[in-house]
Amino acid sequence: MSIDTAPTVSATALDATSGAATRHDILHRLLMTLGPILAALVIAGCILLAVGVDPLAYYGYVLEKGLFSPLGIQQTLTRMAPLLFLAAGLIVAFRAGMWNLGGDGQFLLGAVTAAASAPVFIQIMPSWLALICSFLIAMVVAMIWSLVPALLRAYQGVNEIITTLMMTFLGTSLANVLVKLVFRDPGTTVPQTRTLPVEDRLPRLFETTITSGLLLGLAAIIIVHLVMTRTAFGLKLRIVGANPRAAVHSGLGVPGLTIAVFAISAGLAGLAGAVDIIGVQGNVRADWNPAYGLAVIPAVFLARMNGFAAIGFVFLLSVLSIGGESAARRLGVPNHFTLVLVSIVLIVLALAEYFDHRYSQSRRA
Amino acid sequence: MSSLSSSSVAERDIVALEGVTKRFPGIVANDGIDLAIRPGEVHVLLGENGAGKSTLIGMLSGLQQPDEGRILVDGKPTPITSPRHALSLGIGTVFQHMMLVPTLTVAENLLLGGPWWQRPRIDELAARVAEITSTLGITVKLHAKVSELSLGEQQQVEILRAMVRNSRLLILDESTSMLTPKGIDELGALMRRLVEQGLAIVFITHKLKEAAAFGDRISVLKLGRKVGEIPPERFRALGEQEIISEIVELMFGKQKDDPEAVERPVRTVRADAAPLLQVADLAVAPTDNAPGLSSISFDIRPGEILGIAGIDGNGQKQLAEALAGQRAATGGSVRLDGVAIETLSVGERRQRGLRYLTDDRLGEGTVGTFPVSINFFLKQVGAAPFWRNGIEQRAEIDRRAAQLVRDYDVRTPSLKTPVARLSGGNIQKVLLARELAEGAKVVIFNKPTYGLDLANTLASRQRIRDTAARGLAVLLISTDLEELLSMCDRIAVIANGALVGTVGNADDARTKVGRLMIGLAA
Repeated sequence: MSIDTAPTVSATALDATSGAATRHDILHRLLMTLGPILAALVIAGCILLAVGVDPLAYYGYVLEKGLFSPLGIQQTLTRMAPLLFLAAGLIVAFRAGMWNLGGDGQFLLGAVTAAASAPVFIQIMPSWLALICSFLIAMVVAMIWSLVPALLRAYQGVNEIITTLMMTFLGTSLANVLVKLVFRDPGTTVPQTRTLPVEDRLPRLFETTITSGLLLGLAAIIIVHLVMTRTAFGLKLRIVGANPRAAVHSGLGVPGLTIAVFAISAGLAGLAGAVDIIGVQGNVRADWNPAYGLAVIPAVFLARMNGFAAIGFVFLLSVLSIGGESAARRLGVPNHFTLVLVSIVLIVLALAEYFDHRYSQSRRA
Repeated sequence: MSSLSSSSVAERDIVALEGVTKRFPGIVANDGIDLAIRPGEVHVLLGENGAGKSTLIGMLSGLQQPDEGRILVDGKPTPITSPRHALSLGIGTVFQHMMLVPTLTVAENLLLGGPWWQRPRIDELAARVAEITSTLGITVKLHAKVSELSLGEQQQVEILRAMVRNSRLLILDESTSMLTPKGIDELGALMRRLVEQGLAIVFITHKLKEAAAFGDRISVLKLGRKVGEIPPERFRALGEQEIISEIVELMFGKQKDDPEAVERPVRTVRADAAPLLQVADLAVAPTDNAPGLSSISFDIRPGEILGIAGIDGNGQKQLAEALAGQRAATGGSVRLDGVAIETLSVGERRQRGLRYLTDDRLGEGTVGTFPVSINFFLKQVGAAPFWRNGIEQRAEIDRRAAQLVRDYDVRTPSLKTPVARLSGGNIQKVLLARELAEGAKVVIFNKPTYGLDLANTLASRQRIRDTAARGLAVLLISTDLEELLSMCDRIAVIANGALVGTVGNADDARTKVGRLMIGLAA
């Protein structure tokens, strides 16, 4: 009996949004999310104090650069574009109970194929069509890259956490090899792909430096959210995620759905790579790996796979990473302190979740 | 009564439970259980699946903590905090599933768990094992690999392991479920010798014959409660048949004046009607933890209820799953209304009117965290009118769900309530509504009243009768013989994955089915 109830409990945590959300529940959720974040800021502040940095100055710089300066906020919003695509891909996978942790490999392969194809297409077709073709190629390549873990999971039951992680190492290496050996721009000495001219990239929004990729990202994550919550296809994926045995019992084609989940998730990661290259970077340098894929996972978890909440957390993550880089430079803190901060948030959040669960258990008993 | 007697002679108990209660979300697994475990006694814990036996063992072996009540060891209240602590108190457990490392030898398995800084003392162990085995009259090959041993031998190793660790109380959890009849007899003899040496044994089983044959004292659990106890004095005074009938009375309530025993309505099944479901030579390969099926054949005509009787775990679930398409068959044919369906998928079989009402209501029948309304349509996701072009039509779903809630009398706070929060009876009503709604031709009910209270049991049985009366073919799988006798037209008996006989439900059906169940010809 105890074994039977275990998956139900964890499923509650993952699929909390599908039930009826009363006002009390929402308040509780907000408290359970914001409280730990504040606590984490305090703990991170203590660490900063311990290494001799004024935490208020650090947070001040983060906010100033990431949020309040005109240039900073534009960078922050631009950074959001690929992160939103990645978050959308993770929402699909996590809600279906599949842990696609191979986002970085899929992202980079998408980025490299987009970077390699866009300058070629732009010479033979109108630029809007060229960009669409590059997006599609990036998406398809990332989908193909996810096929190995997808088939293994669907037909052999091999744990996808391990296979996707292994494929991400192979994927990042392959992307590098492609840049250095196949798609290398002969016109430069540094190993990088040919650069897409600025005027051919995705247009910027109004008179700012914000990329229009932001709108694409927002559209992607909202569409994903609506598909997962309002359509039959989304419901099928959620059934597979919440109770795989019920999915079999109900006659759903679980292997086919599994492959579809991996394809969608990886395809969105590939689009994330493409939107970063075609919208912002213009080319891929060798050894470039921003590791967005892993950074987004906490944001998606904090949002509990809810698309709208994920937009908020991705914004927060962008502020932290843009502002954190600047604050780190000015105060002499290592650049990776942003990651330390995010991981403290996660740990505190997990603890809060644990104690909240214990509390509600004891109250029920 | 037991709490009184146990307090007066508490000093004799190795372990005593007082009012122990354990809850899990949605269920009370153990409810105020008193139990006295004494040296020199085989204490049988008897109950059906889900009666709370495993939870009780979990608490005795330190895996779980009681929510209420206390556990006394040697008369002193002692919280058993971990399996290691249980071992140090002299409580050894042999679990249902083997807990030996198959690639290691017997000796290595016995030495596992020793202090890591010491070299394993094989010689010392061999001497100790020789001492124990000689008094028990068993032989154990210390240097054989566990994977080469039979299941019975592996069990002896597990018992030996508990003995090497100086256990005073040995818990055997469903230990006979994997054994051959000969292995079961050997285990019974071994238990007898162990208690003669002054050990206490708790023997968990759901088989009545074993309880009567091996026990000194029997406690019967039902739905988490202890419903009765047969003390040793009384046990010795009764013959085996009397004990069994007394246990049956404890487990299934009164045999006479039974409110469940409704007079079987006389249905007229037209003998000349073409069968709706025809199964011929159906076979399923056995898996590691489930028996296979071999040459299963039967027909069910419209309006007929065919019962499948048998002791739990003899292939009932495999049969239901093979018919529903959830389990691959290795041979045979299944025809629904004359059309072969054995190669079709689960969804296609449902489309043609085959419905399977699973016994695992929360495990596979529903998605516990999803609202009641969605669970009604779990097997129709994407179908009109509830989805149009793949888009959920919430109003349509809620309208139809509200209607089903009314028609099937589902007691739920709202349509949005997660289905796992409902009681077992109401979850079953959700499943009934889902499977019996329009389009059904053949319905497979697997243990439809298992775990339900009386009112819901009666309501479910009436639904099944109504289903047959509508002209559907019904396959009713149940471990409750009374239920089958009160409802079926014919009863087939399943044993070890094969149908060993079919009898018409006439006056002598009870004895005939009983004889088939224990392996005699009807």
